[in-house]
Amino acid sequence: MDDFLRVLLLQEYNTRLVVIGTVLLGMAAGTVGSLLLLRKRALVGDVISHATLPGVGLAFLFMMMFGGSGRWSPGLLIGAAAAGLLAAGLVMCIRRTTILKDDAAMAIVMSTAFGLGIAVLGVIQDMPSGNQAGLESIIFGKTASMIRSEAIGIGITAIVILVSCLVLYKEFRLLCFDEQYAGSQGWPVMVLDVALLVLGTLVTVIGLQAVGLILILAMLIIPAAAARYWTDRLLMMMFMSAGLGALSAWFGVTISALVPRMPAGSIIVLSSSVFFLISLLLGSRRGLIIQIWHQISLRRRVGRQHILRAIWECSEGRSSVHRDHLIGMRSWSTGRVARLLQAARRRGEISMDSEQVILTDSGGAQARDIVRNHRLWELFLIKHADIAPTHVDRDADAIEHVLGLDMVEELEAALSQGDTLPTSPHSIAGVQS
Amino acid sequence: MTWMWGVDDWIIILGVMAALACAIPGTFLLLRGMSMMGDAISHAVLPGIAIGFLISGTRDSSWMFIGAAVAGVCAAVLTQVLHRFGRLERGAAMGVIFTTFFAVGLVLLVQTADHVDLDPNCVLYGAIELAPIDLVTIAGLDMPRSFPVLVVICILNLGLLLLLYKELKICSFDPAMARASGVNVTLVNQIHMIMTAATCVACFEVVGSILVVALLVVPAAAARLMSDRLPIVLILSLVIGSIAASLGHLAAINVPGWFGDVPETSTAGMMAVMTGVLFLLAWLLAPRHGLFTQILHRWRLRIRIASEDALGLVFRSIENDSGMTRIDIRRTIVSFTEVGVVIAWIAVRRIRRDGLIDLKDNRCVLTEEGYRRASELIRSHRLWEAWLWQHADLAADHVHGQAMRLEHVTDRSMREKLAAQIDATGIDPHGRPIPSSNPVGDGGPERSRP
Amino acid sequence: MTNQGPRARASRVGQGSEHDHRSPLSIHDMTVAYDRKPVLWDVDLDVPAGQLVCIVGPNGAGKSTLLKACLDLVPKVSGDIRFWGKGISRQRGKVAYVPQRESVDWDFPVNALDVVAMGTYGKLGWFKPVGTKQRKAAREALDRVGLQDLMDRQISQLSGGQQQRVFLARALVQNPDLYLMDEPFASVDASTEQAILDVMRQLREAGRTVVCVHHDLQTVRESFDWVVMLNMRVVAAGPVEEIFTIENLKRTYGGRLTLLDQAAMALGRAHQAGERV
Repeated sequence: MDDFLRVLLLQEYNTRLVVIGTVLLGMAAGTVGSLLLLRKRALVGDVISHATLPGVGLAFLFMMMFGGSGRWSPGLLIGAAAAGLLAAGLVMCIRRTTILKDDAAMAIVMSTAFGLGIAVLGVIQDMPSGNQAGLESIIFGKTASMIRSEAIGIGITAIVILVSCLVLYKEFRLLCFDEQYAGSQGWPVMVLDVALLVLGTLVTVIGLQAVGLILILAMLIIPAAAARYWTDRLLMMMFMSAGLGALSAWFGVTISALVPRMPAGSIIVLSSSVFFLISLLLGSRRGLIIQIWHQISLRRRVGRQHILRAIWECSEGRSSVHRDHLIGMRSWSTGRVARLLQAARRRGEISMDSEQVILTDSGGAQARDIVRNHRLWELFLIKHADIAPTHVDRDADAIEHVLGLDMVEELEAALSQGDTLPTSPHSIAGVQS
Repeated sequence: MTWMWGVDDWIIILGVMAALACAIPGTFLLLRGMSMMGDAISHAVLPGIAIGFLISGTRDSSWMFIGAAVAGVCAAVLTQVLHRFGRLERGAAMGVIFTTFFAVGLVLLVQTADHVDLDPNCVLYGAIELAPIDLVTIAGLDMPRSFPVLVVICILNLGLLLLLYKELKICSFDPAMARASGVNVTLVNQIHMIMTAATCVACFEVVGSILVVALLVVPAAAARLMSDRLPIVLILSLVIGSIAASLGHLAAINVPGWFGDVPETSTAGMMAVMTGVLFLLAWLLAPRHGLFTQILHRWRLRIRIASEDALGLVFRSIENDSGMTRIDIRRTIVSFTEVGVVIAWIAVRRIRRDGLIDLKDNRCVLTEEGYRRASELIRSHRLWEAWLWQHADLAADHVHGQAMRLEHVTDRSMREKLAAQIDATGIDPHGRPIPSSNPVGDGGPERSRP
Repeated sequence: MTNQGPRARASRVGQGSEHDHRSPLSIHDMTVAYDRKPVLWDVDLDVPAGQLVCIVGPNGAGKSTLLKACLDLVPKVSGDIRFWGKGISRQRGKVAYVPQRESVDWDFPVNALDVVAMGTYGKLGWFKPVGTKQRKAAREALDRVGLQDLMDRQISQLSGGQQQRVFLARALVQNPDLYLMDEPFASVDASTEQAILDVMRQLREAGRTVVCVHHDLQTVRESFDWVVMLNMRVVAAGPVEEIFTIENLKRTYGGRLTLLDQAAMALGRAHQAGERV
């Protein structure tokens, strides 16, 4: 318990550094990831990260050749970044000059580069002077063994990335939304694209230590994809994504420090996956539950409108209507009519006298509004059928909200009925009179 | 490194078998634009393998197979679900699913770390070097344990290919049409995904789960660049995969020697590199789509166009009685078209060598064959000028430039169509006569000279 | 300024290379090809200032390509484009482009106001954030197209016509002198069509020029002053009442120039390796 608190509250200097570094990494990854996701380049992150392996290996060999120990980590990271960018360029090159599509180009570069990386590591492993230098750790990541200078390096780079994203926010937003318009305004689309890729590469490179090259992709896209379910604003999405990234990073590091045999990288990814799942289900903008709820409430509203209209249209001129009469109105089943009537009675819109249905005062007024709206819509569509809008919101509560009052007045005047209820332009099924 | 019989030959055989098994589902992954799905599935089988191992406790069990296949198919289905209902772009959906699966797999693997021989490294980059040591005896023959598995998966893939060739083909070409013509696209899809997942599992012991992608997609991509016909693409991807696997092992035991006293490196890694090398070769040298092939073709085209331009110049010079030397022709070509000095020189040399022009007092004249060819060309040119002016609404000062380009791609039937559509005055917009369609018949080269 | 068919055009020989400095857009000798296959042949055009200009022609005639090539969004084989006598790079601020609605992902997390504010980015320049002044301008532009109530809506929740009006507002906020619009009337509702036309007429009053790719031949006569009839080449261009004739329409839409198509195909093929010509 003591341990738990100590880790959680960052009381150990070393843990504190590692946690702060990783959290900043999570924020940077979430921010850049949002942009990559919206630019539809999510998987390019995967190519870059796999290509860092040969970069690191070759940088190691190169430094050894010139007499160094090969373990100088800035050198290794520069190698990683160069290889990552080269791979992204190669993908572009294959796509431009061959008939192959994007996905094939990415798979080719990624797998070949990774194979090269494995082969180079194999050479280093067997070299008499090569003491392997923990190069393998970049595949799966080893947060626990992160040293102070590395944590500081990660933190500083992450801050640089975050600041660049904010400074170039406007430009990136334009690039991701409308490339053609950006080009027509003279923005250098190519330069901005490369800038975004460079930021992605930087995130990947500093993420190697923490989560390893296979899982860094998750830090880039999972928080971003999760944030999209909560908001419709880009800035908000970037902030949320950064927040989720930071939170998962913190959980990951803490849990792996407390529980034995829990690799930090995997736990970071799994925490963000949990956040993703929660967002997918509960997200306030595009979450599954809200989508389903919208659908149910739409169906309920339509059902209410239909039943009230049916009662009104049947009882126009009569005081009550028989239930079986309503069943004939639409292709409703007996059960469905019973359910709809029950719901209407619960709302106090109708009263039932055995099988006879009677509208209450308030129900009558509401039914009248619904019928009026419906008939105005019909009129509108008939009058303007040739130019009828394809997207009219026919579920709007009142036709005035969509068409404007003057338009409605014109329609009402067309029937020269003032604001009374227009008669239906077609005969109503089930009403014989 | 010396060759060891009983070890190195088995390694190559296993590698080739893996390449053969991968080529078939891989080609269809490529054609359906789902190459990264191969990558996703190969990562996503990890938890399945780990769970299978946890259940059975050994490495050679059907549990691992089943677990991995289930995990692979789950990943494919979940990606689809996330794409459709979660309104997430397909690539992103794939990334979310496979990284999550992989993370679960890693956690599980670390839990099993005490159990001997299943470590992440082995799953990721395979242990083909150790395979020949790990023998089983079947029907009295000693063979590596993964050999029979690979044989089975090869036969299965081949059988499915023969059985479903038509369906796979139409589903990769045009899914909408396939659905309309009554093919159960979803089912074909699922079978293809199961095939891919099973292949990944069968091969992971040999090449590891990440390098499987190299064998799945890269040979298929190289084959695609070599040919435009599906059966040939399939056969080529089998061949290229096998060559890459064999070369891969040879490179793994030989190349490290170049860097000093290093005995060998990872065969799986080198196999992936070799698929990349073969892809590079196809990228540069493929008969139709290769980069060098295209550059070469462009050069040849430019030379042909320059030769035809030179021939046309000689014709025109004879027409207005200003004899041109070869140097004049080269200069005119260089200054009025986009070609450089070298191509102009080659072009003039070529029409001389082909016997289309002769020299008379150092001036160029046309031979009979040259006259025939030149007047066809000039006829095309002037017909186009007249046609573009009369029918395509181009200004008279513009038609020359367009006709200069079009004359080189105009064949006889197109010429006759042009001739039929223009006013039959026999002159072009600049007032020059259009040569007739049978020039040699009306007097040969001498006649056009006053 | 009017070009009436081949003979009239032929009389311009000799002055072809000069650009009219008053013309907001003058195109000289422009040829555009995709994969070496020409889609626009030798386009010559001087758009008059202060007019509503529409470009009509059948599908695949190269109408959208013409606009994109003018803005350097697709590469040209040859040709010289001038805006008021200068190259595009020096006049970007005075030209606004309204792309086709289908060219962007409407699921993108921005609202209507954000999209309109993008019109101010060009003047803002690098790094400077959007401020109150820009937002105010964006609100006014939304007001002009009648969408002031919807400015907080995420763009996928707008109807097709409203999305098109957002694009128009984005161009308005730039306050340019020349508008290049790609099919602004494609599948929009009647009220949007009216709103866009109203805005276009206001722009003409203010002396601006609008060039508009258009597909509805019915409305050309009542809505536009000047027409360019395009089918891989300029068939005719000039004032609507002179140029928009049955004969020109037949030449634009009727009888495709199969020979030109064939020649274009042959040119495209010749440049692909492996095909013998």
